[in-house]
Amino acid sequence: MSSVLVVGEVQDGEVQAVTHELTATGRKLADAGGGSVSVALMSGEVDSGLADGAIAHGADKVYLVQDSNLAGPGLDAPVTAIGKLCAHAGPDVVLIGKTDTGRDLGPRLAYRLNAAIAQDCTDAWMEGDRVGATRPVYGGNAVAKIVFGPGDPQVLTMRPRAVEPLAADSGRTGDVESFSPGIDASDVKVKVLDTVQEEAQGVRLEDASIVVSGGRGLGGPDPFNQLEELAGILDGALGASRAACDAGWLDHSHQVGLTGKTIAPDLYITVGISGASQHMAGCSGAKNLVAINRDEEANIFKDATLGVVGDWAKVFPAFMDQVKKLKAS
Amino acid sequence: MALNIVVCVKQVIDPETPSSAFKIDADANKVVPPAGIPPVVNGFDEHAVEAALRIKDAGEANVTVISAGHNFVMDVMKKPLSMGADAMILVDDAAAAELDAFATVKVLSEAIKKAGEFDLVLCGRQASDWDNAHVPMGVAEALGLPCITLAQKVDVQNGTVNVHRSLSDGYEVVESATPALVTVSNELGEARYPTLRGIMAASRKSPDVWSIADLSLNADDLAPRVVLQDLYQPVSDAQVEMITGDDEEDAGRKLADRLRELKLI
Ligand SMILES: Cc1cc2nc3c(=O)[nH]c(=O)nc-3n(C[C@H](O)[C@H](O)[C@H](O)COP(=O)(O)OP(=O)(O)OC[C@H]3O[C@@H](n4cnc5c(N)ncnc54)[C@H](O)[C@@H]3O)c2cc1C
Ligand SMILES: Nc1ncnc2c1ncn2[C@@H]1O[C@H](COP(=O)(O)O)[C@@H](O)[C@H]1O
Repeated sequence: MSSVLVVGEVQDGEVQAVTHELTATGRKLADAGGGSVSVALMSGEVDSGLADGAIAHGADKVYLVQDSNLAGPGLDAPVTAIGKLCAHAGPDVVLIGKTDTGRDLGPRLAYRLNAAIAQDCTDAWMEGDRVGATRPVYGGNAVAKIVFGPGDPQVLTMRPRAVEPLAADSGRTGDVESFSPGIDASDVKVKVLDTVQEEAQGVRLEDASIVVSGGRGLGGPDPFNQLEELAGILDGALGASRAACDAGWLDHSHQVGLTGKTIAPDLYITVGISGASQHMAGCSGAKNLVAINRDEEANIFKDATLGVVGDWAKVFPAFMDQVKKLKAS
Repeated sequence: MALNIVVCVKQVIDPETPSSAFKIDADANKVVPPAGIPPVVNGFDEHAVEAALRIKDAGEANVTVISAGHNFVMDVMKKPLSMGADAMILVDDAAAAELDAFATVKVLSEAIKKAGEFDLVLCGRQASDWDNAHVPMGVAEALGLPCITLAQKVDVQNGTVNVHRSLSDGYEVVESATPALVTVSNELGEARYPTLRGIMAASRKSPDVWSIADLSLNADDLAPRVVLQDLYQPVSDAQVEMITGDDEEDAGRKLADRLRELKLI
């Protein structure tokens, strides 16, 4: 125990940070019992140079999983590919990021392999011969500590940004194996006809080191222009609560939270957001949290570093003016 | 021909329960149902019912709601019927409230099979109690159905289901043959409110009540695969520093000054 398979993510020709986070967790599980960590990189055509980065971040072995069916979007082909790789490699534990693709791939793979699964884990470790994990439940109001049965194959999807990747060590060595899953056209039952992308302006919300978010307390869509202006001044990104997105004030691509994006900025400024556990679930990694809210009892102040009690319409414009002055000086 | 649509709905503790009323029984590792706050139909499941009813509005459909659980509050569980669903099956069993996701998959799959022919199974994207977000994928695999998640729009025509599937930066348009399973997300838009007429109609309908023994399952199927060792409330170690000023504008300016002092801007 334990042989760990990490399902990597490659986007725009680059191995994503989440893959290295998973590898760090994989190392922890494997090293507890003299096991090994493999990373699977999937694509229509994988650049073998990518394997070096995965190895430097802690992988013992990289599988380059190649099939023309993996070139496009859609999840049926990846589920089939990783299912066949698992049959070939026989891992005890599969780690997948809880990302746009992973949150589907993980469960579908688990049920296909008759493996147990836990979604959205924030940590995992070995407890004797069993894998233990924590996962937030009840919208973040509670945390569940779970253990899997011994010897039961298991899949864990891990929350992005919950674990630090290992520092890259270019001196590490590892094996690279090409794997052709042989996906049959009949394996792909769901066809993707079209992808409609929101044009993201400026910094990506998930990557921004400063995020400015607004909630229902702003009362309508217009105040978000001011928040966006501040985000621009600070080279940050604009976020929102689900209430603001559901109201149609802002597209859901801005939603931070349990069912929105997970962010971990150095500075998170919230305006008119109450701090419901489901919102906080998406920003618990923020290093500094600022709250502007007119209700001194608001939950957000419990997690805040700095707080101002007041009407945003008075506090925020003065705040932004002063930020502008400080930035100019 | 009318389409047959099954919608899986779960009764859950109201997720908007104020955190002060959220309590855990540490010995039992269970959430204590908050006093005076009734349970609700899981929010995303209401969106799934709404998706089914929009399909029904556009053509002909029979919508059957299925739920597995125990201690159902009928006023709560009848909401999908009041919204316009045609029938409801409750797998009401003391054991059903204790099942983990894997056993729930078995129970729901068998119940769906027993309910008869179907073209579409709709589920919520995740239940707001355990936030598993994987029971539907298990049901799809068990029933051999194509699986499409996070729908914000669902149309069925001529044996094909067409879905707008939410992505974190937009959506994709996907399609598969029916029968299929689709999970629904809040991007679909608000679920309709029951009308008075709907409430009257629902009051005349009584659900079919089954127990787990009515389904072709054995004890192995219901054995838990993941053991809950501990359930606790997270504690925040944040110490908030409140910024005040002569008035609200002044507090806003001082906030900027303080952030500069801390080298955060
Ligand atoms: C399963 C599930 C998943 C969810 N996922 C998410 C998610 O991913 N992200 C998310 O955000 N939510 C999510 N939610 C919703 C969440 O429970 C809350 O309902 C939501 O976060 C509330 O948004 P809000 O803080 O903007 O609104 P509210 O809770 O209504 O808070 C508004 C705040 O604004 C303040 N305010 C009002 N007027 C002013 C003013 N003039 N000046 C200053 N302050 C003012 C009020 O004091 C209040 O604190 C989810 C819920 C469920 C059940
Ligand atoms: N006990 C249950 N009865 C009916 N439907 C359920 C049950 N548990 C889960 N579901 C369905 O599966 C979805 C996802 O649940 P979960 O995987 O538990 O987060 C829910 O939104 C429901 O549609």
